[in-house]
Amino acid sequence: MHGGRLVVVGASLAGLRAAETARKAGFGGAITLVGAEEHLPYDRPPLSKAFLDRGADSAGACVPTFRPVETLRDELGVELVLGNPALALHPARKAVQVFDREIRYDHAVIATGATARRLPATEGLRGVHTLRTLDDAVAVRAALDAGARTVVVGAGFIGSEVASGARKRGLEITVVEALPTPLVRAVGQAMGEVCASLHRRNGTDLRCGVSVTEIQGDGRVERVVLSDGSTVEADLVVVGVGTEPATGWLEGSGLTLDNGIVCDETLFTGVEGVYAAGDVVRWRNPAFGRQMRLEHWTSAAEQGAAAVRNALEPAAARPYSTVPYFWSDWYDSRIQFVGLPQADEVRVVEEHVPGRHRCVALYREGDRLTGALTIDGQSVIMKYRGLIMKNAGWDEALAFAEQRRAA
Amino acid sequence: MEIIVDRARCTALGICESLAPEVFEVDDQGDLLLKSNTVPEGQQGEVEAAIAGCPTEALRLRG
Ligand SMILES: Cc1cc2nc3c(=O)[nH]c(=O)nc-3n(C[C@H](O)[C@H](O)[C@H](O)COP(=O)(O)OP(=O)(O)OC[C@H]3O[C@@H](n4cnc5c(N)ncnc54)[C@H](O)[C@@H]3O)c2cc1C
Ligand code: SF4
Repeated sequence: MHGGRLVVVGASLAGLRAAETARKAGFGGAITLVGAEEHLPYDRPPLSKAFLDRGADSAGACVPTFRPVETLRDELGVELVLGNPALALHPARKAVQVFDREIRYDHAVIATGATARRLPATEGLRGVHTLRTLDDAVAVRAALDAGARTVVVGAGFIGSEVASGARKRGLEITVVEALPTPLVRAVGQAMGEVCASLHRRNGTDLRCGVSVTEIQGDGRVERVVLSDGSTVEADLVVVGVGTEPATGWLEGSGLTLDNGIVCDETLFTGVEGVYAAGDVVRWRNPAFGRQMRLEHWTSAAEQGAAAVRNALEPAAARPYSTVPYFWSDWYDSRIQFVGLPQADEVRVVEEHVPGRHRCVALYREGDRLTGALTIDGQSVIMKYRGLIMKNAGWDEALAFAEQRRAA
Repeated sequence: MEIIVDRARCTALGICESLAPEVFEVDDQGDLLLKSNTVPEGQQGEVEAAIAGCPTEALRLRG
């Protein structure tokens, strides 16, 4: 393996895994990890879950930092350049621009992730937050600690987890969703409804098919005005309306940008030495023969490792193939999804009986099993992932479901 | 080699099960069951992938 310098841009999950994997693979050259945030790499899923719980230590003891600074610097020998975003990539000079410094690379992995979309005209209004970063989560938690009446905009996974956290504290919470059914793009119509029923059952006021027309307040949010003419009084608004890949800094760099950095099966950007990983990448997933951009923990971690291996040894580059997987925790239930949500048919093979029985829904495309969703189905979800991985047919999947239900 | 699970860390997401189904299984109570306490013949790679894939770093090998 060559030496030289590896530069990883984006100091979060995918970036950290890239740096760690390089060392594990025996890379002896220099590694520089560049991150826009001041913080050491930390884990995001807990930010909308345990981190929001009452009594979580505000002194920072429960900050989900992956590694202490000593491990990164001394054991892994990683140079940390934190608190400054990369401003540009210069392929001709093989350099990344960070503030007034140009960092030369022989191999680069870009893992700048995604940023939360904001609502227009809410800048400067205190009490309106997105939830993507640790700083966001600290602010949201402080407001919940203060007993904020909360409005969540968007009934996606993050908004729904915030709603669960607020209800756990007994706070009043309203979730506003513009679509008639939440999560349609993530899990499809039928299962979106089943998931939404968890909100109602837990006392969350879920309003679908209405959008936010205005957020009012004098310097600080006071109320939210909805498209049906109603208003909701609020001290805290959490906006969970999706993300944009963080590619703005790459405009004009020669990389192909189209809802993410477009890469081939090996996570190669097409620019010599430069690979990409995590939420920022749109690559061709051989498992389904199509392009996708995933925003899931597991694929970000795996891509970080795969991208750096390929960057260090391009001649031996291997495709990264995966059956997408994500989880989300709502109230007392765990939602898990494997595969793809676009389907010709979604069949519920086990009905959800809250607290007593898991829910299982299978997704069919053509005559193939392409997805599965479970609520409280920890013991079966990964078996469906296995079936999808090995290209199982629909009949085989139904037979398996029948056998599991009987068991 | 023995497989060690840190129960306090494991959140039963089952990623290990998808990577090494012959060794790991999560039940509906969210408890991780080890089908084998040691790494079975020919399963070293799968078990290592499971250890690396665990989001809470709850798995390790001893011995
Ligand atoms: C609140 C929350 C809850 C989640 N819950 C789940 C869950 O339950 N299950 C699940 O599967 N997934 C979940 N996810 C998604 C998961 O966390 C992401 O898929 C994962 O973090 C992606 O990792 P990444 O490294 O690609 O990108 P990110 O984590 O977005 O990290 C990118 C990093 O790059 C930095 N950066 C951006 N631009 C620049 C630049 N120009 N220069 C330098 N640095 C830059 C950013 O500051 C950031 O730190 C959740 C995400 C959030 C935000
Ligand atoms: S992957 Fe880790 S957290 Fe998940 S079930 Fe396995 S050991 Fe537990």
